[in-house]
Amino acid sequence: MTPVRMIVCVKQVPDPEAPPASYKVDAATNRMATPPGVSPVISPFDENAVEAALKIKDAKGGKITVISLGVGLLRDVVKKPLSMGADELVLLEDPAFADGDSWSTAYALATAIKKIGEYDLILCGRQASDWDAGQVGSGIAEILGLPSVTIAKKIEVLDGKAKVERVLADGYEVMETPLPALITVSNELGEPRYPTIKGIMAAKKKEPIVWKPADIGVTPAQVGAAGRRNKVLKLFQPVREGKCEIVGGDSPEEAAVKLALRLREAKVF
Amino acid sequence: MAENRGVMVYGEVAEDKLAAITTELLGCGRKLANDLGQELSAVLVGTGVSGLAQEAIAFGADKVYVVDDPLLASYQTDAYITVMDKAAKQAAPRVLLLGQTMVGRDLAPRLAVRLNTTAVTDCVELAIDPQSKFLLQTKPVYGGNARAVYTSETFPQIATVRAKAMTPLAKDSSRKGEVITIAAGLEPSVVRAKVLQKVKEEVAGIRLEDAKVVVSGGRGIGGPEGFKQLEELARILKGAVGASRPPCDNGWVPEGYQVGLTGKIVTPEVYVAVAVSGSSQHMAGCSGSKTIIAINKDPEANIFREARFGVVGDWKKVLPAFTNKVKELLAG
Repeated sequence: MTPVRMIVCVKQVPDPEAPPASYKVDAATNRMATPPGVSPVISPFDENAVEAALKIKDAKGGKITVISLGVGLLRDVVKKPLSMGADELVLLEDPAFADGDSWSTAYALATAIKKIGEYDLILCGRQASDWDAGQVGSGIAEILGLPSVTIAKKIEVLDGKAKVERVLADGYEVMETPLPALITVSNELGEPRYPTIKGIMAAKKKEPIVWKPADIGVTPAQVGAAGRRNKVLKLFQPVREGKCEIVGGDSPEEAAVKLALRLREAKVF
Repeated sequence: MAENRGVMVYGEVAEDKLAAITTELLGCGRKLANDLGQELSAVLVGTGVSGLAQEAIAFGADKVYVVDDPLLASYQTDAYITVMDKAAKQAAPRVLLLGQTMVGRDLAPRLAVRLNTTAVTDCVELAIDPQSKFLLQTKPVYGGNARAVYTSETFPQIATVRAKAMTPLAKDSSRKGEVITIAAGLEPSVVRAKVLQKVKEEVAGIRLEDAKVVVSGGRGIGGPEGFKQLEELARILKGAVGASRPPCDNGWVPEGYQVGLTGKIVTPEVYVAVAVSGSSQHMAGCSGSKTIIAINKDPEANIFREARFGVVGDWKKVLPAFTNKVKELLAG
């Protein structure tokens, strides 16, 4: 049984489970202000990608290198995949990497992955919960010239190949790809495991490897905001009208009956 | 390369017809092409698709590029990227539109890199900037908590468009257009990741996307048993049952029930949200519904900011009484 060498890309994002009201746009920068009191997390689909890698490691053995790009990466947040069972953490952490688009982010990650060198499988979440673009995974695959399978719900590695179930609107398709390959992972793969106490202790002792643009052989102009191919002209929050008519009653059952009558009156059905 | 001109729509085929998303893209593309004063083209890729060229013209295309080849029988990344790269270079459009479907999601980002340009996914509004003539692409971000307007200056400007965000033109079978065949010229060796099998999950009753009434359950339903009560209401209203993400992730209902940003987009007449908190991710899939009705015990739940009618209360008490009354009213 050959151990599988895996690289998982993860992104630190504001917690998408935070109440919608806590999100406020900073009009001066055209960016989302970090919601106060909301701590960042690993983007949920990226945690699914970590889980996919851990399942493969459980079945076949292997090594998982996690890579994350950004600025202000909180060690407790980006070390979570280590505490879940990943082996190594590489951070592309430099102001030059910040505020990229899908293209410049994919370019920086692909260049870093080339530096890591040997791998069988690259895993990404299907899309990040901040910009919801879903482009970085496929972008990395195209830059590295690798086969890609997107939106996977199950991955099995068998001698030099991966068998992947890809989610479709009305079911799924079973695909087989030679390795190395890039696969993006969806929530249908299943809940990511919780870190164990042992895992958390082990993660505390591991220091991330930090790379600056020069370490991966790129100039600041090629990555982050400077390397963007698209620009955000405007970021805004649509106004919600909030005109819900709450139907009450002395009991839940009475409210239910009144709701049905009110809907009939309003010709809703 | 010649100057990039016009708008191109990537056509998808479903059950031997143009997919609904494609007619929507042609409707939107027609307007963008008119605003540019340039032509609208469609590209049809597949096996036995050339017969649909006239249909694309009837829905607004001036020109249809057809890439028909046995190797293109079903969507596969490497094969479709290869032919779309060729078609986009030959047609050289300013704007290329695809659906935010399982094909568009896979094809657009990779094609953008291959063509040395950029894409914006999941757009809900598109316009031509009157001054610069560049495409302005509006998409929901942060799980629907905000919207961003993007633009770019490399051609083609690629956008994928959310289902039901655009309106098709009325079909006009008398419209005339030009059909151009492009040889796929595919080497079988380009195909790396291969499709071994497609597994269709059969849904009993009305398809969620087609239903006029959708009854959806959320995390608060608590288990698969609760969904039986939702099915009862859906049956009475001749609708379909949906769900937010947690019931799907927990296996209470099949994955295909998921309504939301990464699930299905529905725009029924009536959307009944039962024990659904109304996260932005979920609302992305149902906010186009005509009337949203919420039943939730938390008066602060976000769903009440989106709903037209609501009851604050425990669904276990509210729903049976509501279902009975609805049944009585419809029978009477």
